[in-house]
Amino acid sequence: MMASVLLYRALLWLYPASWRSEYGAEMRTAFAARLRQSRGLLSTLALWLEVLPDLIPNAAAVQFDVLRQDVRYTARTLRRSPGFAIAAVVIGAVGIGATTAAFTMVEHVMIRPFPYARPDRLLKLYEGDIRHASWTNDVAPANFRDWKQMSQSFSGMEAFRFLSVNLTGQGEPQRLDGASLTPGMLQLLGAQPMIGRLFTPADDTDSAHCVILSYGLWQSRFAGDAAVLGTVIRLDGRPHTIIGIMPRDFYFPNRAALLWTTMHWAPDAFEDRTDTYIFGIGRLKPGVAIGQADAEMRGIGARIAREYPKELANTTVKLVRLREDISPQSLLMLKVLTGAALCVLLIACANLANLLLARGMARRRELSVRTALGAGRERLVRQMLTENVVLSLAGGGLGWLLAHATLPLLVKLIPVSLPLAEIPSIDTGMLTLAMVLVCATGAVFGLIPALGSRRQIVTGLHEGGRSGIGGTRQRLRSTLVMIEVAASVMLLVGFGLLSRALWRVQAVDPGFHPDHVLTLETSLPMPRFEELSARDPFYRRVLGETRQLPGVSAASYISFLPLVQGGGIWPVEIEGHPLDVAQRPTVSLRFVTPGFFATMGIPIRAGRDIREDDIHKQPYVAVVSQAFVERHWRGLDPIGRHFTIADIPRTVVGVVGDIHVRGLERASEPQVYLSWQQPDNVSTWYAPKDLVVRTSGDPILLAPALRRIIHQADPEVPISEVRSLDAIVTAETESRRVQLAVLGAFGGVAFLLAAVGIHSLLAFSVSQRTQEIGVRMALGAQSHNILAMTLSHGLKLAVFGVVAGLAVAFVESQWLSSLLFGVTPHDTATFAAAAGLALVMTLAGSLIPTLRAVRIDPTTAIRSE
Amino acid sequence: MHDLPDPQSLLPLPTVTFHILMAVASGDRHGYAIIQDVAERTDNQLRLGAGTLYRSLERMLRQGLIEETGDRPAPEMDDERRRYYRITTYGEAVAQAEAARLAALLRLARASGFAKGRA
Repeated sequence: MMASVLLYRALLWLYPASWRSEYGAEMRTAFAARLRQSRGLLSTLALWLEVLPDLIPNAAAVQFDVLRQDVRYTARTLRRSPGFAIAAVVIGAVGIGATTAAFTMVEHVMIRPFPYARPDRLLKLYEGDIRHASWTNDVAPANFRDWKQMSQSFSGMEAFRFLSVNLTGQGEPQRLDGASLTPGMLQLLGAQPMIGRLFTPADDTDSAHCVILSYGLWQSRFAGDAAVLGTVIRLDGRPHTIIGIMPRDFYFPNRAALLWTTMHWAPDAFEDRTDTYIFGIGRLKPGVAIGQADAEMRGIGARIAREYPKELANTTVKLVRLREDISPQSLLMLKVLTGAALCVLLIACANLANLLLARGMARRRELSVRTALGAGRERLVRQMLTENVVLSLAGGGLGWLLAHATLPLLVKLIPVSLPLAEIPSIDTGMLTLAMVLVCATGAVFGLIPALGSRRQIVTGLHEGGRSGIGGTRQRLRSTLVMIEVAASVMLLVGFGLLSRALWRVQAVDPGFHPDHVLTLETSLPMPRFEELSARDPFYRRVLGETRQLPGVSAASYISFLPLVQGGGIWPVEIEGHPLDVAQRPTVSLRFVTPGFFATMGIPIRAGRDIREDDIHKQPYVAVVSQAFVERHWRGLDPIGRHFTIADIPRTVVGVVGDIHVRGLERASEPQVYLSWQQPDNVSTWYAPKDLVVRTSGDPILLAPALRRIIHQADPEVPISEVRSLDAIVTAETESRRVQLAVLGAFGGVAFLLAAVGIHSLLAFSVSQRTQEIGVRMALGAQSHNILAMTLSHGLKLAVFGVVAGLAVAFVESQWLSSLLFGVTPHDTATFAAAAGLALVMTLAGSLIPTLRAVRIDPTTAIRSE
Repeated sequence: MHDLPDPQSLLPLPTVTFHILMAVASGDRHGYAIIQDVAERTDNQLRLGAGTLYRSLERMLRQGLIEETGDRPAPEMDDERRRYYRITTYGEAVAQAEAARLAALLRLARASGFAKGRA
């Protein structure tokens, strides 16, 4: 009996408190009456079976009724103050949207798993340089073989190299990127084929070639036909049997790779320990920490280096977690963007808090009246909560849209080698977190007036909403505004520094004139074009016909275009300075046809260009760049001097200007250009394949004519990468520009939010002080006094915020320095500009409230008392 | 009460609402008395749960069908906590409209032979 009463009492808590206080006692009485009628346990049980289905759904319905009332009430109040509603929703949306988009990117790159089994146990193995801890180089096959034999830390170690092959035989010849793998690589990654099978050691022969296709290539080139298994395709002229198709989400080593073949070692592949062109992947044995493996591998590296001091004196082994195999700059940029997004979220929350505090003060009277009329605190709190949740949901929805719109822009920041190429789906976890933060801000700052309503009931009614109280709250609001100003100053400084860095990069002279030059790649199908005698007629015919085209002033072939391919690095030995291979200086080696320098606009400083008669029987010649001369023959006449490259002595016949081979932002090795007719001892990888053409008109308009010429010269040669040299140079700064655009957008948003914050604070304070200002004016204060009073209020906030922001920025800009391309992290002009902008923003934000204050008419102001 | 909606707009009334209106029509009653009255009137066919009753009462108060009475029975008869409800003029109008609606419906049912009696 007693238990039933207690249980019923407890169940009544399912109802809202307002309902309980209204009807709770009645319901208990009714229940008690029913209970008195029941005799025995069974009939009590029957009573409960009747009561529960009555009580619980009805309680839920009442709760829902209240919610509906609150939502309706919210809609009404928000409709009455649309400015507030719009501001709150937009501010919330911006905070939520920006943070979610930025975090989605970072999460996608850094946290989302690779399509491999236990990717956290996978390491990439590079050759390192004991003098440069951060350097990662390709690996020589012989070194890799030794690492694999000597190490104990790995359950498996495999290698791959990048591959670029011509697919011929099925329609248009096509240039495809892929990778060739040691046979166990895919198993090591824990990958499974979608159909067919993976490579086995039996596939590692020279006689039979196998290929595995990516899902994308299978779909695009073979129409997703399962019957392609077992068929033969020609890659670089060699027949390859298709043995498997990988699943849709699989990629390795990056998403550009469309097919995989097995790696075939040439008989002499293990002889040269400096010929580096493969990469290792290792899987840690269970229980082995990366630190242990690292120590072991460095020991092995040192042992090999001792064995081959001439070639490997400075060479060590470098392990990188697969996940962290991304440039430190990209990683830093991702962190910067996340930081910026969090800044925006912080500013948005501060602004929202401010908005709610102001609204709370403005609504004090309404709440006091409602409390006096008997509205329970619980009802008020609930109503406020509903209002905040409605606003946050609206803000969240809009924020989701914003994130959707900005993600494609953000994706451009990421180079293809990273684990994403498509647009990632929005991270719901972060979206929820950002929404919860915004909701929590709303709850905390929106509820303050409701919580205080009881205490304020008297003062609120008395005062008629006059100024005077709420001093703490006013201080809190001022602090929030200062935080907003400080955070936006920080963002502005970051944006400013990175903008200056971009200008500097854009101002870099690449060393050639990129205007009016068309470039394209004609990858020569390899076994057929291995001999110079096979290539030569092709070059002559294509170049000869190209030079006949109207508008064309020069055309030439080169092995790798600058900026596009930074590799092709080769050690040289200067006559009279014998050195071990490991110690030799390196150069960027290129083979060219005559006219390359004229086509590119690279000045010839001394001597001559490569000539048609620099042929096999003649002395082996070289054209070197100025930096080469500076490094080896400073102050001497370089023409006629000798150096050895690939064991063949070369005579310097010309000196040309330096160019940026590795990229506008990177230092490049001095360049050495050799005649295309003297390629001895250098792999056919260096065979010229990039065509450059200078024209008087729009270079892209040349493309159809060039395609026709090349196709007629050899229909099996695929044409790819058709673009202007200008586009190649512009692409160099593309990611910086996108990064800046994103950061700029964040900065702009932060700036606007802070201005809104200052405006709303001042506007509120002016409206609260209308009477005070009226009295001052009546007592003789001039409008300039009032002006000074209001403005100084805003300026005081701004100055505190700016000083704090600059101080934080001063510290934090230091770790931006690797992105700054030589701009000092404490660039005075940038800091001054950020401070100046913040002050302008303050003035703009203060303008309307100040004007309103000055225009107050003392008589009306005092009379309204 | 000029801003109350047309009684017709509330029709058809929920069965529980109509029963409550009938219970309070004959005099002011408190909640438990309404439960008992409805049970008696319907031969125990309809036993209102407290949850249903008070939710209905709350809505009916809002709709203006009933009101709480300020005067309660003599203190010795009255449990202090009890609230008494009485039908409003508007409530009577709505109940009459509902009764008329049901009567019309019954006539139609008779005409179709669904119910006994004269159409």
